[in-house]
Amino acid sequence: MNAPTIWIVAPAFAAILLFLIRNPRVLSILGGILAVLLAVSAQFIPIDEALTVGTYSFKIDASLDVFGRALEIKPEAGSLLAVIYGAAALWFFGAEAAGTARRLVPHGLLITALMVASIAVDPFLFAALFIELAILISVPMLVGIQQPPGRGVTRFLIYQTLAMPFILLAGWLISGVEASPGNVALAAQSASMLGLGFAFLLAIFPLYNWMPLLMEEASPFIVGFLLWILPTATIIFGAGFLDRYSWLRSSPQTASILQFAGLLMIVTGGIWAATQHHLGRVMAYGAIAETGFSILALSLDSRVGVPILFLLLPARALGLAVWSLALTVIKNQSESMRFSATRGLLRSFPLAGAALALASLSTGAFPLLAGFPARLALWENLARLSSGTALWMGVGIVGLLTSSFRSLAVLSMADEYTGWSVGEDWAQGIMLGLGMIGLVLLGLFPQSVQFFLSDLPAMFERLGH
Amino acid sequence: MSTLAWFAVILIAITSIGLLLARDWRWLIIFLAAQYFGMLILTLQHWPLGMASVKVVAGWMSAAILGMTRSGLAGEDQSERHSNLPRGRLFRLFAAGVVMLIVSTVTPSVDAIMADAGFAVTSGSLLLVGMGLLHLGVTNHILRVTIGLMTALSGFEILYATVERSILVAAMLAVINLGLALVGSYLLIASNATTEAEPE
Repeated sequence: MNAPTIWIVAPAFAAILLFLIRNPRVLSILGGILAVLLAVSAQFIPIDEALTVGTYSFKIDASLDVFGRALEIKPEAGSLLAVIYGAAALWFFGAEAAGTARRLVPHGLLITALMVASIAVDPFLFAALFIELAILISVPMLVGIQQPPGRGVTRFLIYQTLAMPFILLAGWLISGVEASPGNVALAAQSASMLGLGFAFLLAIFPLYNWMPLLMEEASPFIVGFLLWILPTATIIFGAGFLDRYSWLRSSPQTASILQFAGLLMIVTGGIWAATQHHLGRVMAYGAIAETGFSILALSLDSRVGVPILFLLLPARALGLAVWSLALTVIKNQSESMRFSATRGLLRSFPLAGAALALASLSTGAFPLLAGFPARLALWENLARLSSGTALWMGVGIVGLLTSSFRSLAVLSMADEYTGWSVGEDWAQGIMLGLGMIGLVLLGLFPQSVQFFLSDLPAMFERLGH
Repeated sequence: MSTLAWFAVILIAITSIGLLLARDWRWLIIFLAAQYFGMLILTLQHWPLGMASVKVVAGWMSAAILGMTRSGLAGEDQSERHSNLPRGRLFRLFAAGVVMLIVSTVTPSVDAIMADAGFAVTSGSLLLVGMGLLHLGVTNHILRVTIGLMTALSGFEILYATVERSILVAAMLAVINLGLALVGSYLLIASNATTEAEPE
């Protein structure tokens, strides 16, 4: 028995079997339970250590050979798998409430398995291939066979596919730089190539125009899932590059470029979000800013930045899950997610409206919500380096908070004599309620997730030490 | 072998321009299939026949998937017809010329970076990448977008084959090619379903 079989191959097979199930509730529950089991086992079953159960003794090997290459899940990565599968469980349990279980659960589990494979593959730059496979699988999840594919899906496919060649070629060039460290021209070429690849993959400004388009065209819950899992796995993949190549890690230009890219995403994401008239587009720009926070964390001294990066992960997962579920409930009830069509919906869908506001405020670093602790730590460390960059981050945050208050204002703008009612069904109510409680608890007790996160920096050999 | 490689470059130039200008989807599929044959010849410069043939088989299967899907769709695609006005053709021909000029300019420097790739291989792969990107830039039509992506990827695959001989990578790139064709077919069916539903 080996770890890649348990956390990559088995979930992929299970996902294929889940395609055969037609009942959305069964799918949602099965997918959710499976993801929880994978998360719990990843957290508690040690990898590469002998285990004794009664009279039996066995060991879960860390690697699996495939065509001369290896998939390797290091023992330190167990907590990361727990976070990834645990967050995936959130989406799978919420899929029935969002009415997307038949599309999200099987595709989502397969995508999650591929993303774990992208983190596990050795040589690690082959991760780009697994990410591309996940992108291809996500297209049928986004667009139904009877649904017109819009510009958002096409651009998503094009931009994400173009990332793969850049990253693979950059990986090869970078190995050349390692062989001849004095070759500055080659280093510049490989870094540019790598930067372009990650710009496509992480949808760095201005390559993120597919996100708002996709939020208008597809189910917000499904898009939310992709906006969580793709950047999460990609950021860890990117951190792997920094961990592996010392010249890249120690170059002052790398930190500057990461800082500039992160700030650009936070500022443009925040300002654009504040000027939108569409709730879905606001969420898309919120997700863009979220990715910006992660990139900004990577730009800091790795001993500080890497723990902040991991602290951002649970808040991002929970925030986007709650936000996208709330948007799905609202979208199902109104003609569109434009402000004009969603006015006053808070009175008929109070839980969805409140969840949307809380998740959006959490992304905007509103105090005592899930996103606040990581952003505060990020802001504090950024301010130590330069007050100018901290100020720009503040501009982005003001933009995000403005968009939250605008959304809340629109949702609560009902006629004076409109009565209150609860339009959400019980499943939606429970999921949204639990999500809101989670957002508040994660904000009040950020140390509660340290159980999962404290060991995560150890998965990198040099970064974060 | 070198003469054969240059023959492949000429074939690729013809097919990629053909893909850009062709109006009929049948010609698109024929050009795509021929392009994969050119790709096979260029890949053979660095890979053994057994491994190189994986690329052409995957490419032809992808072309067949797209062709079969398009042949099953009723009627002429409106967006396809509108996007191929005679003026557009001249523009595309001019743009293809610009791409060729850029390729001929950058080939020596890229060839210097890529270890022993050879001029023919480098220019052929850059031509495919450039034409694929050009294709993606001038169309929104699903079939053409898919073909544009496949063209750009095949250019990259030729170049990458000169430095990476892993079976896993070859297999995964073949799977990605097939997956791209399947996704393109899926989106083609989805877009056509609405075209048929519109008159109701």
